Amino acid sequence: MIISIASGKGGTGKTTVATNMAVSLGSDVQLLDCDVEEPNAHLFMNPEIDKMETAYTLIPEIDEDKCTFCKKCAEICRFKAIAVVSKTVLTFPELCHSCGGCVVVCPENAVTEAKRELGVVEQGSSGKVKFVHGRLRVGEAMSPPLIKKVRSHIRPDIINIIDAPPGTSCPVIAAMKDTDFVLMVTEPTPFGLHDLTLGVEAVKLLNIPCGLVINRSDIGNKDVWDYAEKENLPILLEIPFDRRIAEAYSRGKMIVDEMPEWKDKFIELYNHIKNLVKREKN
Amino acid sequence: MKIAITSKGTDLDSEVDPRFGRAAYILIVDTFSLGIEVMDNSENVNAFKGAGIQAAAMVGENGAEVLLTGFCGPNAFKTLNAAGVKVANDVTGTVREAVNAFNEGKISFTDTANVEGHW
Repeated sequence: MIISIASGKGGTGKTTVATNMAVSLGSDVQLLDCDVEEPNAHLFMNPEIDKMETAYTLIPEIDEDKCTFCKKCAEICRFKAIAVVSKTVLTFPELCHSCGGCVVVCPENAVTEAKRELGVVEQGSSGKVKFVHGRLRVGEAMSPPLIKKVRSHIRPDIINIIDAPPGTSCPVIAAMKDTDFVLMVTEPTPFGLHDLTLGVEAVKLLNIPCGLVINRSDIGNKDVWDYAEKENLPILLEIPFDRRIAEAYSRGKMIVDEMPEWKDKFIELYNHIKNLVKREKN
Repeated sequence: MKIAITSKGTDLDSEVDPRFGRAAYILIVDTFSLGIEVMDNSENVNAFKGAGIQAAAMVGENGAEVLLTGFCGPNAFKTLNAAGVKVANDVTGTVREAVNAFNEGKISFTDTANVEGHW
């Protein structure tokens, strides 16, 4: 089982839901923080990291002695990461998406692949909950390849909870695609609804079943509920705007540690999701 | 000599387009005869990424020795530099005014990009 937790708008409570659900389930569960640009699940989980690996992506390197300046490599590059001007080949590694097309089309075998550091992937555990996250190298602009490295640690035999980055662009798609369920965390504000709508449209394109958590459910207006009804999106949990929750969060504490009565609600949330996934597969 | 000027239109009285990579047109002007070759840059205007790099390679291929434009980012600058094209930023007014200013030696060239790259 792979559940990704996404939102559209940032700051709606993805990490709160992801970490609390993982801790509530207790064992046979793994949390993968795929918000590699600013991972924060570790602040709440305090995992013991026992394995760290550097992740790389491949970028082109040109052997100018072999190169005939035919421009085939520049022409195939959709991201314009290679330019051939007079008798020079320029590469722009930060634009490269590592497709390897330039290596394949070069008739002179003058293009080879060199490595660029993306960041690190750290693995560990917090109690019985397994933990993986990625930390993007400062200055690196491309996070999807690192998200894929984090996701390579998904274990099919246990529950995998992915904390996705906010937004609806490539990093979010990298965190959501090929998962069994997308849980969208939103808040009942015009901004929350606006970005939720964008997020839900993205999930529809990926054709993944989806449900909502409404955080700070007693602020704002009822438009999110109307939207959920219109789109036939199940609302699986509502979390009120409770000062105790905000205080726990601000101290890096879990809701379920400070207010144990919430543990059952997060377990129930998981069971809801499990049933919806089962229904979808039948 | 041939110089490249980013332009909003296709003749000498068009306004200089301040953008380089995503300029509407790039005009290659002969500074003696004022003859114009129009390069339609519409493909780069809508490019997903790397518009500056592509436009710079195009300017180099068309034999221009100088580029007059408004803003030039780091990747475009690096490409123009490799192509041996000298760059003048912050050029305003019409293409004709820019060419005249160049002919009168009133244009100064830069050795750096004048805007940040963007993603």
